[in-house]
Amino acid sequence: MKNKGQDVYMISGGVTKFTKASPEADFRLRTKKAFDYALNDVGMTLKDIDGSVASYFSDHFQRQLMSGIMAQDYLGLTPKPSKRVEGGGATGGLSFQAGVEEVASGRMNTCVVYGFETMSHVNTWKGNEFIALASDTNFDYPIGGFYTGYYAMMATRHMHEFGTTVEQLAKVSVKNHGNALHNPYAQSPMKITVEDVRNSPMVSYPLTRLDVCAMSDGAAVAVLANEEKAFELCDNPVLIKGIGTGTDTMRLADRPHGKVILLPNESESDYKNLKYPGIHSFRAGRSAAKEAYLSAGITDPLEELDIVELHDAYTSSEIQTYEDLGLCKYGEGGHFVEEGKADLKGKVAVNPSGGLLACGHPVGATGIMQAVFMFWQLQRTIKKHFKDETLQINNAKRGLIHSHAGTGTYVTATVMEAVK
Amino acid sequence: MTINPKAKLEETQDGTVVYNFDPLIVKSHYEIDYVHSYAQDSEFFKALGRKEILGSKCKKCGYIYATPRGHCMECGSETEWYKLPNEGKIHAYTTCYFGGEAFLNETPFHLVLVEFEGVDSLFMSRIIGVDTEDLYIGMPIRAKFRRNLKLNPTDVYFVPKA
Ligand SMILES: [Zn+2]
Repeated sequence: MKNKGQDVYMISGGVTKFTKASPEADFRLRTKKAFDYALNDVGMTLKDIDGSVASYFSDHFQRQLMSGIMAQDYLGLTPKPSKRVEGGGATGGLSFQAGVEEVASGRMNTCVVYGFETMSHVNTWKGNEFIALASDTNFDYPIGGFYTGYYAMMATRHMHEFGTTVEQLAKVSVKNHGNALHNPYAQSPMKITVEDVRNSPMVSYPLTRLDVCAMSDGAAVAVLANEEKAFELCDNPVLIKGIGTGTDTMRLADRPHGKVILLPNESESDYKNLKYPGIHSFRAGRSAAKEAYLSAGITDPLEELDIVELHDAYTSSEIQTYEDLGLCKYGEGGHFVEEGKADLKGKVAVNPSGGLLACGHPVGATGIMQAVFMFWQLQRTIKKHFKDETLQINNAKRGLIHSHAGTGTYVTATVMEAVK
Repeated sequence: MTINPKAKLEETQDGTVVYNFDPLIVKSHYEIDYVHSYAQDSEFFKALGRKEILGSKCKKCGYIYATPRGHCMECGSETEWYKLPNEGKIHAYTTCYFGGEAFLNETPFHLVLVEFEGVDSLFMSRIIGVDTEDLYIGMPIRAKFRRNLKLNPTDVYFVPKA
């Protein structure tokens, strides 16, 4: 990174409980609830806010364009500066980083990032069709029009390349749904077994219903501030230590077959015969991690990160992402989860909240939700917000949040650090 | 100029479909026809009628794309059309039991990414004439073409090589 600008802190957050459908409130009211929770938590008022970023993915789901400004006026933030940021499934992560940039640049002393999505206004299969419109509509959408199918092809290639098994995929589902039993915000907490995952209806081979996240209604809010404002408004802020963003081709078919982008703890000899990224790995995830680690000064991610909240829209993508983030080498992701290294009390807790698989995935809110859960972890206030301290990772110092758009087209990685 | 205090909207019998009263949930219908141009990709779709799959070859660096694009991602130069072989191998596969609404009535169907000898990138398509358990990575497959075109990429599909 050329110039990191001013230090940026997260000082508060709020999340609504994600649900399959919440018709009693629209996206504005949901966002308002998360917003008020965040403001009340630190005793802020509207006058403490310099501007905002609106995070939402699809105009199709509600057939309402410019939803951002409707949230902005409902929250009472007009005429302050604001903009919408959109990048598929990574919308939340990109918006959060846009908020960080507003503060880092010195333009704003405080910035609110609010995210929402209302997916219940169409049926699940129409929803899948809308999501599939976020693939190339000339070449990919007309063939199958189904994102789970695209990820499933990546999964079969990962299995072929590295010997990853469907049971290893299922272990991710068991872990994340299990963690969510202690997260009151989660949409689908479940105590399940590997057999339950494999026996649930096949969606797209090898991914079953329990390998895939659900659509949701939800909202989440993160409040960011510069150092002066952060310590004035909050007695326990969390530092945004580094950010990274990567991209890759829209079409899976166009992904190159070249050399691995190496992290500091890897060498070329680790990957002599691996063609990269192909469709087995997310090059954008690796690029995002590399930039984030560089700006945060991380050289050994597994040792230096205590918690990771990553974008597990599919169990297979969690395994692929362990590798992209350098928590293990490419090809070792299946063993990583199998050996319990990603468990709550493992080497690094991955998705202690339950992740997308169990919390739900109201797209524009998802990446902000990860930031809020990570913020509470690093503040060590999980008990206060969850009314349950099971998921609190003791002595957690540093965490990474990871947001990801369709087949790894946009990926963000943000490193957050406790200051207390 | 008209000033008519007795003006009144004409009543209709259309009504509205109501799903719930509290909160009030109603049906809202929407449909649209687009005038969609394939633009610089047009030749690909026309060639399917000649039983040819056209990829792109970079005029400068020689990179060959199995899925066409007007300009090269490697060097930024213009590409030219490149006729792909009608036989290839499965690079990855899946069977979809669900799908977007528009495709639900076609499930289950198989998706494949196809690799061609000497070509640098892949091509997404469907394969028929096999069950999931018959599919494997590296399986030799052959392109077939619709006789009556739909002018979308489903005009080409694959079958197992005899
Ligand atoms: Zn070129």
